[in-house]
Amino acid sequence: MSSDVIAIQTAEAAGRPWIQTLHEWVTTVDHKRLGVLYILYALFFLVIGGIEATIIRIQLMRPHNDFVSPQVFNRMFTMHGTTMIFFVAMPILFGFGNYLVPLMIGARDMAFPRLNAFSFWLTAFGGLLLYFSFLGGNGLYGAGNAPDVGWWAYAPLASRAFSPGHSSDYWTIALLASGFGSIGTAINIIATIVSMRCPGMKLSRMPLLAWLNLVMSGMVLLAITPLSAAQLMLLVDRYLGGHFFDTQAGGSATLWMHFFWIFGHPEVYVLIIPCFAFASEIIPVFSRKPIFGYPVMVGATVCIAFVSMSVWAHHMFTIGMNSYANSFFTITTMAVGVPTGIKIFNWLGTMWGGKIQFKTPMLFCIGFLFQFLIAGLTGIMLASSPFDWQLSGSYFVVAHFHYVIVGGILFALFGAFYYWYPKITGRMLNEGLGKLHFWLFLIGFHVTFDLMHIPGLLGMPRRIYTYEPGRGWDTLNFLVTIGAFVQGIATLVFVANLVVSYFKGAKAGNDPWDAWTLEWSVSSPPPVYNFASLPTVASRRPLWDLKHPEDPDSRYE
Amino acid sequence: MSAIATPLPKTPAAWKLPYRGKVGMACLIFAESAIFTIFVVAYLYYVGKSLSGPTPGEVLETPIFYTICLLSSSLTIHFAGELLARGRRGAFLLFWLLTITLGALFLYGTGQEWQRLIYEHGLTISTNLFGTTYYSLVGLHAFHVSAGLIMLSIVLLFGLAGRVGPEQSARVDVLSLYWHFVDAVWVVVFTVVYVLGR
Repeated sequence: MSSDVIAIQTAEAAGRPWIQTLHEWVTTVDHKRLGVLYILYALFFLVIGGIEATIIRIQLMRPHNDFVSPQVFNRMFTMHGTTMIFFVAMPILFGFGNYLVPLMIGARDMAFPRLNAFSFWLTAFGGLLLYFSFLGGNGLYGAGNAPDVGWWAYAPLASRAFSPGHSSDYWTIALLASGFGSIGTAINIIATIVSMRCPGMKLSRMPLLAWLNLVMSGMVLLAITPLSAAQLMLLVDRYLGGHFFDTQAGGSATLWMHFFWIFGHPEVYVLIIPCFAFASEIIPVFSRKPIFGYPVMVGATVCIAFVSMSVWAHHMFTIGMNSYANSFFTITTMAVGVPTGIKIFNWLGTMWGGKIQFKTPMLFCIGFLFQFLIAGLTGIMLASSPFDWQLSGSYFVVAHFHYVIVGGILFALFGAFYYWYPKITGRMLNEGLGKLHFWLFLIGFHVTFDLMHIPGLLGMPRRIYTYEPGRGWDTLNFLVTIGAFVQGIATLVFVANLVVSYFKGAKAGNDPWDAWTLEWSVSSPPPVYNFASLPTVASRRPLWDLKHPEDPDSRYE
Repeated sequence: MSAIATPLPKTPAAWKLPYRGKVGMACLIFAESAIFTIFVVAYLYYVGKSLSGPTPGEVLETPIFYTICLLSSSLTIHFAGELLARGRRGAFLLFWLLTITLGALFLYGTGQEWQRLIYEHGLTISTNLFGTTYYSLVGLHAFHVSAGLIMLSIVLLFGLAGRVGPEQSARVDVLSLYWHFVDAVWVVVFTVVYVLGR
């Protein structure tokens, strides 16, 4: 490496005034710094969203509780959902995409570095607007401050008549701003992957992470835009007196539901596909085997992207669609399970016969595999419309989608943190704390979300402020809250690990995991320019080829 | 470690990837199409559902002349791009100016129609569902025409300053891709609003 490093970094080492460092971070267009900004920004909101979840759980801990008022409770679940999806999950996944995609395809930066910075700051501004509503949402009406219309803001809840003041406006504009940010980043990722690959990096040799980010970005273009369009319509309704969702003037509340879920369901796949990408990079490295069925993995992902665009109305079985629509959306929803199942079998196939190393990233990925499978199975249950008629709007649904988002997405994300933290900071995360984090979080997760299915089956509706004692929900709700606290403690262990390891962690070196993709060929943290000379690749595992010149992969392609 | 960073020796003979500007614009067009689709769906869904007048059949007049203006501007911008690639700057500027003029004429036409609807027929965005969906859809398109005109004018200013030459041809092509998209959307909006919607 030494011969290839240009001596720019030595100049940075000298102590500079902090204001200069801050200025550099704020004005940066470097994909790695923007990636880190995305991730830090999302972690900040993860803590806020987590606090909101804790408030919800304390309120529901026992019957007839009045820890917060009903109005505050409504705001908490609205803000929790909105924050976690738009200001935690999206930015954190874009952050990893931003950081990793150029490094993995051998590029020096994204295709449009300034658009990249613009997208980040737009997203950041969106989050700021959403939380400013706590101060500015009152308007002239003395109405409630923060949004309290639920994260999907069904019509007519979000109309002027039922949501006076400005809280819904902050919600709308925050989502519009962050939505445009997401579209900008998606365009950037696609242009980077299509136009910036290093010589030899054919599409068939691209790391799966890049492939899956490409598919995810394509979905963002098609899924976020309907939400933006619907938000524009809502603004027309609220500010210009339009009638899009005004039932008294012939408008339709159902249309909002359709528009929202045309965004809402593909959004789940927008979030889970980058997590598939993490698993597809981590599992092979810690099984010491190349990924099983690479072309099938790519094909299955594209297939998921296509099918998931036509499943949205399974969120709407209970509104009274006709039987053809119900059957159609039941079938398509079940069909998504097929390519997803293919992926799960391929990950298992990768592990099968491998020399599995149970390091923390691998533990989280194994947790992801099992939990995502269960989440998928309850998804198949809910896909069947008669079953959904019974359980739609119950805690069973809440348990199901938290199983996807926490058990699937968050576990894979934690795996990604442990795997790429050494590359980003140059230090290893502490393995002992990592294992503690894993087991605590695993226990907390299962106590909370396994048990949460049961009150749902027993008839507990979601979003209720409180409930009567003696319905069989009391003990379960108490335990669910205890599990939430265990998860909170585990998250604190994680944050402590991030901070302590940054200063005290073992030096990582270029390639601590003996991995095979290009990001591990450069120093940790990578130099500003990524690659002193652009690499040339001849197979899917360029570093394997370099480490094993006697038996390179390229021989078999 | 130098072994790792040093690339493998053999570089593939030809390694040419698509121009990133074109890819980016194609993606933007893809995303914008989804936004327009939602507005078109809303328009079609609400056709004939207004509880009060005026209805499209009573008040809409087909803007044939202005439609011809907008569609022919696609042709002029295409010629402008070809002329620039061949290095004929003067002719390029002429066709570019023609494109802007045609686009501005179209926008004037939209403005005139809106004025007629508002002052003669009392149709505003809050009158009924037709008003809401009509002004939103046509307005969204007019907004895109305006954004396009601003970008075209910036290129014109640079061109008049002598800064646009054949080396900028690829970038100009990206902008003309956007303009073609705006025209194509008008074909859809025209069909939906003035043909199917009446």
